[in-house]
Amino acid sequence: MSGGTQLENANPVIFERSGERLLTAADEDEDVHDPIDDREIFDLIRSINDPEHPLSLEELNVVEQFRVKVNDTDSNVDVEFTPTIPHCSMATLIGLSIKVKLLRSLPDRFKLTSTFWKTLLPIYNAFLQCMILLLPI
Amino acid sequence: MLLTEELLATEEFFFCFVFLRLRIRVRVDGFMWIRIKGLKNGEFTVQQLVEALGLSLTSTQPQTRARGVKLLSEVLQECYGDLTEKEVEVLIAFYENRLKDHHVTTPPVLQGLRTLTQCPTLPSGSAVSILKSLFQDVHVQSLLLPDRACVYKMLINIMDTREAELKGLGADFVFGFVQSMDGERDPRNLLLAFQIARKIIHRGYNLGKFTEELFEVTSCYFPIDFTPPPNDPHGITREELIKELRHVLTGTPKFAEFLLPLIIEKLDSDVQSAKLDSLQTLAACVALYEHKDLAEFLEGLWASLRREVFQTSSEKIESAGLAALTAITCCLSRKVLNSDSEDALSAFLDMVLKDCKHHLSEPDLKLVWPSAKLLQAACRASNRASHIVTAAVMPALIEQYNSRNQCSHRRTLLEVIQRFIQSVKGSESPENEEQVLSGICPSLCCVTFAALSETNSSLQVTATSVLSSLTKQTGLLSNSQIELAVDHLARLVLSDEDDAVSLAVVACAGGLAELHPTVFITNMIPRIKRVIFSESMKQDGESMQNTQPAVRQRCLSVLAVVSTKPCVAQESTPVLLEVLNAAHSGEVGFSLEEAVLACHSLKRIAERVEDTKDSGRCFHDIIIPQLLSLALQAALQGENSSTRHSPLAEEAFLSTMVAVISTACSRLQSKLAGQTAERFVSLFLDGDVSFLPGNSFPSHIKLLANQQDSWKQSQMVCLLMGCVCSLPRTVMVPQMERLLSELEEMSCTCSHPMSYTSAAKCFAGLVNKIPQGDFLDSVLQKTMTRILCELNLAASRVRTQAYTFMIWVAKALLLRYHPTCTTLTDKMFSLLDDADLGPVVADGFSLLMSDSADVLSRGCHADVRIMYRQRFFSENSTKLVQGFNVAPQEKKPNYLKALSNIVNKLPKQVQVTELPALLSLLLEALTYPDQSVQLSTLSCLEPVIADPPPALIQQLEALVGRLLPLTSAPTMKVKIASLRCIYALSRFPEHEVLPFRARVLHALATPLGDKKRLVRREAVQARGEWFLLGSPGGSSL
Repeated sequence: MSGGTQLENANPVIFERSGERLLTAADEDEDVHDPIDDREIFDLIRSINDPEHPLSLEELNVVEQFRVKVNDTDSNVDVEFTPTIPHCSMATLIGLSIKVKLLRSLPDRFKLTSTFWKTLLPIYNAFLQCMILLLPI
Repeated sequence: MLLTEELLATEEFFFCFVFLRLRIRVRVDGFMWIRIKGLKNGEFTVQQLVEALGLSLTSTQPQTRARGVKLLSEVLQECYGDLTEKEVEVLIAFYENRLKDHHVTTPPVLQGLRTLTQCPTLPSGSAVSILKSLFQDVHVQSLLLPDRACVYKMLINIMDTREAELKGLGADFVFGFVQSMDGERDPRNLLLAFQIARKIIHRGYNLGKFTEELFEVTSCYFPIDFTPPPNDPHGITREELIKELRHVLTGTPKFAEFLLPLIIEKLDSDVQSAKLDSLQTLAACVALYEHKDLAEFLEGLWASLRREVFQTSSEKIESAGLAALTAITCCLSRKVLNSDSEDALSAFLDMVLKDCKHHLSEPDLKLVWPSAKLLQAACRASNRASHIVTAAVMPALIEQYNSRNQCSHRRTLLEVIQRFIQSVKGSESPENEEQVLSGICPSLCCVTFAALSETNSSLQVTATSVLSSLTKQTGLLSNSQIELAVDHLARLVLSDEDDAVSLAVVACAGGLAELHPTVFITNMIPRIKRVIFSESMKQDGESMQNTQPAVRQRCLSVLAVVSTKPCVAQESTPVLLEVLNAAHSGEVGFSLEEAVLACHSLKRIAERVEDTKDSGRCFHDIIIPQLLSLALQAALQGENSSTRHSPLAEEAFLSTMVAVISTACSRLQSKLAGQTAERFVSLFLDGDVSFLPGNSFPSHIKLLANQQDSWKQSQMVCLLMGCVCSLPRTVMVPQMERLLSELEEMSCTCSHPMSYTSAAKCFAGLVNKIPQGDFLDSVLQKTMTRILCELNLAASRVRTQAYTFMIWVAKALLLRYHPTCTTLTDKMFSLLDDADLGPVVADGFSLLMSDSADVLSRGCHADVRIMYRQRFFSENSTKLVQGFNVAPQEKKPNYLKALSNIVNKLPKQVQVTELPALLSLLLEALTYPDQSVQLSTLSCLEPVIADPPPALIQQLEALVGRLLPLTSAPTMKVKIASLRCIYALSRFPEHEVLPFRARVLHALATPLGDKKRLVRREAVQARGEWFLLGSPGGSSL
């Protein structure tokens, strides 16, 4: 942890977790094709633990369902996330975690982009992209 | 023989020497045996032994003397039971003298003394002299650990046997003990020392002026801070030490003046465990104390307790603090009041109230919970405390509630009020004392009813729990208040839409109905009845949208919940029967679901109603005949008019009705049960309808006779099953022989599936209960012949019927361990090869091994032996394997399916032990394309994989090889099950599964893109877990 024993965000605001996705009749129907949708991607990443706290990204509101965009036909996934505090040095690690989780969990036809919420911090966005490219995944 | 001291220095020589002098032939390796045997058999005496040891005991070398004493002590250890009083006296005198010797001789001397204290012939007075010289000559704490333990054990021995003598010693004994344990450090010895201290205190030894010393020497260990080293062989735990020490410290009120300041001091500590221990010790010690012991510390204790509860971070400490407060209040309440002394309890409670009460009325309600908890803890202690606290708090709380507007605040206040009501303690003599809450009761009711009328659902839920706790205070609520309460509940049941509220209301109504049944009879049930029927009337009117089937359903379930008393059940069941009547006649539009629900409510009433004569009569006289009559009408109606179809002839409804009848019959007293059985049998055999209400039936009904087209009548046989199969075993079913043969006929010839299955089940239920004997044998003989005959005719039209019949009979016999069962099950195994029946038979094994709900269960008083599944499995698994090996290729799936059906139902412990033998067969089963085989095999593999036996690990290659292709099977259930198995595989020992990692990850990429979301979810989980294999914390990518 970068700050030694000092947490960067010692007292985060905790958000409620959304429940499990409800099963529908279509889910059980053998003949229906379920497309990969926003909620499914969100379900994959919401339980990732924050590097600093024993809390999930969802509970810290780092990821939100409406910032997850999927296009199943074009095989595109775009995830924007919001670091808990503006200058969070953990942001790179969070981005990496999301990216790895998705790489492992999605069919390889998908192209992934995970970014900061763009209007918030464009500079980190670029930095993050570099980081991810450098890592041999 | 001349032996120098140097030669004596070697152990073997020393012993040899001693024994040579005793003229005993010595083998060095056998000397232990000899020395025991010699003394025991009287070959030599202790005196001779001492004389023989003479040289060494009188040696100038202290080491030699020590060895001499050691030998003597060890010999005594073996034979202390045989010593005479005279010998003991001499030995004690010798040992006492030796205590003054060089320090190296002390340990063996102590050992010898300890042995001597165990002697039954210990002369009186010697215990005291031992102790005197022990305390005088030995400094215990400078001894080694085992020797100190030896001293403590000696003390325990003496205390157990010579209590009177020790008490004569007076405070000197306590002083000696205090001196000897002062500074003890080892936990093993501390346990012993605490035991001694506890005995001193509890057995009333005179502490004299050493009370403080004894307290000091034990309390210095408080609070215990001890962590046993890892893999500690002695197994001493912190809890043990804490418990022993607490017994010592809390054992006497004489310690109060020392202990209470110590506790107050330790409560200031930062260590959580110290706080917890202190609070628990406090709660334990005040149980013995009186007011005078506590008086001067009350203020300090209260300040610490308040601080702990207000500022605590841990729930444990909070609850320990509250328990301590309860204990203190309890202690103060014990004091007998007399006119001249001040009232300690009210003084203490005044202090508590002064500190807590104002928090209850602060605007932001921030500290309301801790203060309320403290007050409730005090309130809980005694009746008098309850009076004082509630009188001071409740009016204020109610006023608060009325003045607040915010719902969340009001709910908090209501919850606080509810806890207070719960914690009020009733007095022991309820006749002559006023109820604690009686003064405040009207306003409490006001508040509760007002909250029940609110729109906020959480407020309503809290209000119902307040109401429940109010009613639990016996005799508190007046009749008019209860009526009002029931009124409110009824209103909520009928109007509210919130699920949480209706759940709470239904639960509250259930509790209330048990205590005040009359109000429910006069108020609730008529209202519910009105609503059930009026709502449905409206249906054809314009208020169609407003009709809520939910309300009606809730009404039906409330009727079931409130009917725990027979008198309520007598009122509620007619309503339910009326609903069924209406559903049958079709006048008011009740759907099939509602009819089923009404029937289900009847079943719940049958289960829960108190078992009295009245309730039995009610079911026997009214409910069962009416139900039968309705079912019969529905069945006959189908015959006559083809216009309307009664929902009561539906299978779903009939099976619920079977449940009602069978539950009711299984709980009837035997006389009524016999009558009911007689009625049923005469109805079904002779068409006797005389006991049915609504006398409009044709006179010649033949329900069991096989009329090909009237399946509605023939399926009624399931009701017969519900009755006769659930009777207690003592009740005789009349006309058994005729009944059995008609049932057999029906189950072998009828063409309607429900009818012939029910007939077979009914037959099986009866056969299961027939006592062993000629009658049973002849029945079985006849039945078996018929079944086998029908089954062997390949062209027979009724083979399916005969098979169904056979499997139910086989189950009935299997459950009671009847030997004939084997013939039938063997036939089943041979039928696995059958062209038509093979797959059905394989499924049948699942029926054979599982519990059926409506018949042949323990609830129906059936004869079910324990572990019949294991027995069946162990007797038949080899047959199955053999059959599989010789079967033609296309029949093998049947065997595999049968196997997995059987294994699936076995308890897990048996599965794990039996599986290695069958593993290759199960793995084989995975390769068969039949998806039900795959599915049931996977479901029995999954728990085994989660806890893998070594045999499975050896087959890992085959297992992985077969599981991976299944992840792209055509059906999603197989895919999901196989993915779960692969997930479970990742928990295997890492070095076993790591070689498969790449292969599995590659194969799992395919189901990640599956079209079904559920499959993808399992795949993601399994793949994620496999990625992490071999990388601690999942750091490698």
